[in-house]
Amino acid sequence: MIDPQLLAFQALNGLQLGIMLFLMAAGLTLVFGIMNLINLAHGSLYMVGAYLAAAFQGWTGSFLLAALLAVPATLLLGVVVEIVVLRALYEREHLDQVLATFGLILFFNEAVRIVWGPNALFVALPEFLSGQVELPLGIIYPSYRFAIIAVGLAVALFLYLLIARTRVGMLIRAGATNRAMVGALGVDVKLLYTAVFGLGTALAGLAGLMAGPILSVESGMGEPILILTFVVIVIGGIGSIRGAFLAAVLIGVIDTMGRAFLPGLLRAAFNPSIANAVGPALASMLIYVVMALVLAFRPQGLFPARGA
Amino acid sequence: MSRVGARPLALWFGLALLLALPGLAALLDQPFYLTLVTRMLVFAIAALSLDLILGYGAMVSFGHAAYLGIGAYAVGILAFHGVTAAWIQWPVAIVGSAAVATLIGLVSLRTSGVYFIMITLAFGQMLYFLAVSLKAYGGDDGLTINVRSRLGGPLDLSNGSVLYYLVLALLLGLLLLCRRLVAARFGMVIRGAKSNERRMRALGFPIVRYRLTAFALAGTMCGIAGVLLANLTNFASPAYMHWTRSGELIVMVILGGMGSLIGPILGAFALLALEEALSSLTQHWQVYLGPILILIVLFARSGIYGVLAPAPKASDG
Amino acid sequence: MKKMILAAAAAALLASPAGAQSVKIGFIATFSGPGGVLGQHLYDGFMLGIEHQGGKLGGLTPEVLKEDDQFKPDVGLQAAQKLLQRDKVDFISGIVFSNVMMAIYKPVIDSQTFLISSNAGPSPIAGAQCSPYFFSTAWQNDDPHAAMGKHLQDKGIKRVYLMAPNYQAGKDALTGFKRYFKGEVVDEVYTAVNQPDYSAEIATLRAAKPDALYVFYPGGMGVNFVKQYAQAGLTKTIPLYSAFTVDATTVAAQGDAAIGTFGTAFWTVDLKNPANQKFVADFRKKYNYEPSTYAAQAYDSAQLIGAAIKAVGGKLTDKDGLRAAFKKADFKSVRGPFKFNTNGFPIQNYYLYETVRENGKLLELGRGTVMTDQADAYAKDCPLK
Repeated sequence: MIDPQLLAFQALNGLQLGIMLFLMAAGLTLVFGIMNLINLAHGSLYMVGAYLAAAFQGWTGSFLLAALLAVPATLLLGVVVEIVVLRALYEREHLDQVLATFGLILFFNEAVRIVWGPNALFVALPEFLSGQVELPLGIIYPSYRFAIIAVGLAVALFLYLLIARTRVGMLIRAGATNRAMVGALGVDVKLLYTAVFGLGTALAGLAGLMAGPILSVESGMGEPILILTFVVIVIGGIGSIRGAFLAAVLIGVIDTMGRAFLPGLLRAAFNPSIANAVGPALASMLIYVVMALVLAFRPQGLFPARGA
Repeated sequence: MSRVGARPLALWFGLALLLALPGLAALLDQPFYLTLVTRMLVFAIAALSLDLILGYGAMVSFGHAAYLGIGAYAVGILAFHGVTAAWIQWPVAIVGSAAVATLIGLVSLRTSGVYFIMITLAFGQMLYFLAVSLKAYGGDDGLTINVRSRLGGPLDLSNGSVLYYLVLALLLGLLLLCRRLVAARFGMVIRGAKSNERRMRALGFPIVRYRLTAFALAGTMCGIAGVLLANLTNFASPAYMHWTRSGELIVMVILGGMGSLIGPILGAFALLALEEALSSLTQHWQVYLGPILILIVLFARSGIYGVLAPAPKASDG
Repeated sequence: MKKMILAAAAAALLASPAGAQSVKIGFIATFSGPGGVLGQHLYDGFMLGIEHQGGKLGGLTPEVLKEDDQFKPDVGLQAAQKLLQRDKVDFISGIVFSNVMMAIYKPVIDSQTFLISSNAGPSPIAGAQCSPYFFSTAWQNDDPHAAMGKHLQDKGIKRVYLMAPNYQAGKDALTGFKRYFKGEVVDEVYTAVNQPDYSAEIATLRAAKPDALYVFYPGGMGVNFVKQYAQAGLTKTIPLYSAFTVDATTVAAQGDAAIGTFGTAFWTVDLKNPANQKFVADFRKKYNYEPSTYAAQAYDSAQLIGAAIKAVGGKLTDKDGLRAAFKKADFKSVRGPFKFNTNGFPIQNYYLYETVRENGKLLELGRGTVMTDQADAYAKDCPLK
């Protein structure tokens, strides 16, 4: 039987992956839901966040300082991209947006290589987070990953309060429902959009800089995350933060558990050579299978945005 | 709306050049250009097939390159087991592509818009991972195909010129086929559905069935391109099926001008030529390709063909 | 550097009739995308190798035509065809990845052009598909893993956990490892290619409590894995052995997480022979980064080609003479003694290395020989003598 401690450990891992995905998905789903913009370059913003954090850490020697600098820097870059490229795309078809932002991916992937070279960059773990924490059930969990979970949950809470309880949030929700009316009421819709996009970018940058110490900071690091993020928002329901959160955690847990336990399960059921051949392939396909199933049976997503 | 009447002189000239290429290449002793253009023609077929569903049906498939792989592996796997006759390999590739496209279409066409993009991407990835895990057939190292498909008689595909003319003939044939389809009732339904789906349904057309047929046709055509790619490179590889390859196909269609059939052919030539030209200039050519793409989307939306043969103002397209 | 080569090429084209006093080399590698750093290492090593021969190869002025295969086999093939048919190169070298190698191998060999691999060495071309036109100054894909397997076997390690990405090289790696390791393989785990997060797998392996862990995670995967492994606190409890996972291309990004891990290679930066000492010192000075095995491999490719051309007195049409010269491998390799097997792959020693921090730099320093004169396992299938 599967060791309960291991199970709990993997569940935590799944939660942590889910939280990272949530940070990415929240931004993407907001932008898509409110501005009706498909932004494939969201992964590139994540990558730039990671690169900037690495660069700032190189200059200042401190991870925290680098984090504090990287988020606004990524935000600034995002705003520039929005003004220069994306504004022209709001009224366009989704296909145009896909293509233009695909062009942005190509551009950013090469640009970081020109600026920082082809090698992967090093981001050091902050000293006070490089150990392990002891959790109930005797689980020893890396502190940094625990911190990611904590930060992610805090951000989730913040977003909930922002969207549900503040005037800005109300404008965002209104803009999602009826853009023209909000404009007619005297709200500067352009500014609102820039603000929403900026928020999405900041979230992506945050995810990127948090990923830096545990993942490889290199050109193209955004695309695998991007695909997972799209899977999350599709399953969660486009435009829904709540959906993004729940779907992200769901995907994080399914993917982690699948990779951890599926090969073993297969080996128990079938002979080893089949299990070894099929297991890893199936584990990597699992999320896509889940998404396909959701789309087949509940295309609007599992937790669609209310009234949107 | 058909651009048939406005076929510019430039295209006829291009066709003449294509017909004369093998002779020119032999004359100038530059066989490389023959293989280069053959490769462009193969991708032109793939782009053409994508235009059928993307340009006319607004079905943005981000997993279209998977059919390149299916066609290539059909040839490769059969050749691996000693079956090199084209009249066995090619029907297998065609039936295989059609079957897979139908299955994927059945699930995917229940969605639309960005969901459709995502689900076709997902299926494309699944097939990619499947190919990578096929250790017996090389996995991601790829599968070498020692002998090209045997057509029998004078048609020896190991002769570059013969392969070239075959690919060109297939491209022209499929182009004509697509033209007929698009102008016929079938095409009208697909295009009408793109324009106003509700109206088409109200008129009683079973949209999904039409779309599925178009999707399967497009997949099959792309499978044919895969067969030709395998013969050209003597190689089958999961790299032919990666989602970035599907992205490139979409770029070709848009660059050339979607919904025009000829446009994507031009787009395939343009993109591959651009890649070739830029990459010999600088290692960092993608930093230029990205903005070029953005500019085209923003300012030259109807692509190369739109520039060559501007559509008349009042259009229903 | 590239501008210089282009200028030199232009000058050569204008000044002299092609072929008379010059030699054209097609260098195909991955320069764009994530694998691009390897192509850069190969190219830099190769160019330094030419420079150390006085900017000439066997007395001839070299023109190195650099082509990017974009990690796509069909692009690599097109590049090879361009080099062979349009540019009419005399040699082709480079090639980072096995799938590109498999795509270009036959056309290059069939054109009777010598293919000197600076990296890729998939098993089919070491075995039944071997060719008298192929030589490698790198290694056969299985060998480093086999060497580590032998090392762990000799060390008396009983229970080993294996991990690799789920693609051909990954499977070959673990197959190679198991060739000499006869202990218990606790589990053999294949993860998705370019998977960023290994927390699930690391948790499972911790629970399995093996005596040692052996992995093959090249490039970004290695950076991710090693960092996460160290963060899980396992580097001290379950020793990490690997090949191509911790090396000069990844260690900068792995940082201290790589300290205390072991790897194996046919070359380490501190090998004490004059050729290597010169190579390492000049490489650091010229390029300002630490040389890797990839740079060393390509450096030797350039040296090998130069030696062969010298042996035939610059007569590039003397294919048989060139082949004999290649087989003889009469050059000073940075790895020390160098000889070829019948299939064109090297028979060479393998060394254990440990990553340490010395003088503020992270280095992989030799810790002894694990295998002497290892020959690859596929030469027996090669009909060449």
